[in-house]
Amino acid sequence: MSDVYVMGVDMIKFGRFPDRSVPNIGAEAALMALDDAGLGIQDMQALYCGNLGQANAMVGQRILQEIGQTGMPVVNVANACATGATAFREAWMSIKAGMYDVVLAVGVEQMGKGLLGGAGGGEGIPKEGLLGSGTMPCVFAEAGMEHTKEYGTTFEQFAKISVKNHHHSTMNPKAMYQIETPLDEVMNAEMISYPNTKLMCSVNVDGSAAAVLVSEKKARELGMSRAVKVRASAMASDPYTDRDLVMPDVNACTRLAAKDAYEQAGIGPEDVNLVELHDCFATAEMLHYENLGLCKDGEAGRMIDEGHVELGGKVPVNVSGGLLSKGHPLGATGIANIYEVCTHLRGEAGARQVEGAKIGMTHVIGLGTACGIHILEKTN
Amino acid sequence: MSEAKPLPVVDFLKIPEDGDPYLEGYRCKKCGSIYLGERNVCSKCFARDEMEVIKLSETGILHSYAIVFRSFPGIDVPYISAIVDLDEGGTIKGNLINIDPDPDKIEFNMPVKITYGDALGRKDKEGNSYLSYFFEPA
Repeated sequence: MSDVYVMGVDMIKFGRFPDRSVPNIGAEAALMALDDAGLGIQDMQALYCGNLGQANAMVGQRILQEIGQTGMPVVNVANACATGATAFREAWMSIKAGMYDVVLAVGVEQMGKGLLGGAGGGEGIPKEGLLGSGTMPCVFAEAGMEHTKEYGTTFEQFAKISVKNHHHSTMNPKAMYQIETPLDEVMNAEMISYPNTKLMCSVNVDGSAAAVLVSEKKARELGMSRAVKVRASAMASDPYTDRDLVMPDVNACTRLAAKDAYEQAGIGPEDVNLVELHDCFATAEMLHYENLGLCKDGEAGRMIDEGHVELGGKVPVNVSGGLLSKGHPLGATGIANIYEVCTHLRGEAGARQVEGAKIGMTHVIGLGTACGIHILEKTN
Repeated sequence: MSEAKPLPVVDFLKIPEDGDPYLEGYRCKKCGSIYLGERNVCSKCFARDEMEVIKLSETGILHSYAIVFRSFPGIDVPYISAIVDLDEGGTIKGNLINIDPDPDKIEFNMPVKITYGDALGRKDKEGNSYLSYFFEPA
């Protein structure tokens, strides 16, 4: 099977674009990724398009209607917050399978403002606030409080994650926000679901990201100088766990996917130079330090206290600003984080560059549950 | 209008004609896993047609929680969204009541019991009342 390379990758600056259509937002990133690869839409053999909000509305084809209708096969995918990573992985698989040499993956989302989720629906009466809460800040607060129960993790430690990611985003011009948020400001912000304050919740934004994936043969033909090798593409759903009927389990499936990814790449967590992981809430990021093996179980609090996950630390996490500050356009997130890691591996990340980065990891979780992990490697 | 009996807030809350309300589970006879709501196949051990209907325990311990300060419009806050492990197996989620919504007052693993009551005055389109379950410190 051919190795697969990212030849072009880009994202738009995340923001709010209520006057644009979903395909129009997606088309912009698609063109940027094509330009980055030095290729045109006529060179693409297939398109894998990730979008959640209009999952039944042929977003991929509508993107091609804006940038070039070549007749190529288009697959539209939806997989909750793992949607973008799923589109990228389908593109990767099509090259692995030997079907194509050059394919395009796009992730795009247009979001409203406000809370996502909600307990129960449909029949009878609303269950929200009656049988607990299904809002996302609450669901991830409950997951974080499991860590508190087990290891004594504090509200302040969770809040520090948000301070870090907001700090990182000040160096990322494509992030929604570039604003420092000191610890007292994070902790004193409006409490949404304890222990997640408003500044510990990801930002609902519109955005898109895209990647051109190629086979090794094609990469050699085009030139390897900025190519990034895909060392692993792993995906898992939630295996049975005792509480997952009422408590979506983001841990077990991340651990499964991480194990698979490390095995595919033939490396361990100690070889990873930077990680973009799914910080939909500050409480979630804490869990994934352990789930991804960046530290031993129970040591996540120390990772943030001792600065190991900051830019300049042992393994910087979410130097893009993460979902907390860069923003979280659901379907775009899983390709935007690949853009971030590739940018570091290419040495093009400017002020936030992780020096000497050779290997990076991306991680997303879609509740329900889908986990997607990619390991990417610098080629020269 | 006649005094109609309240309806159960979820399918696994049972209200017998004569007797007290209770929560119903489905237990796999092969591996003991407990599910809320009817099913025929065990998603843990994959056994088919091995489910038995059981009454869930009325007591348990607080596994995890969050205190909700912002919910959807019209929902009273703050409240405690609680995950409870039942003493004889199974985990359910609901509101923890009769305790301050304050992390200093709430202890992990604290014993709780299930109580039943009106669903906070909520009615469906036809005006039916509902019976819900809640947790309170035991």
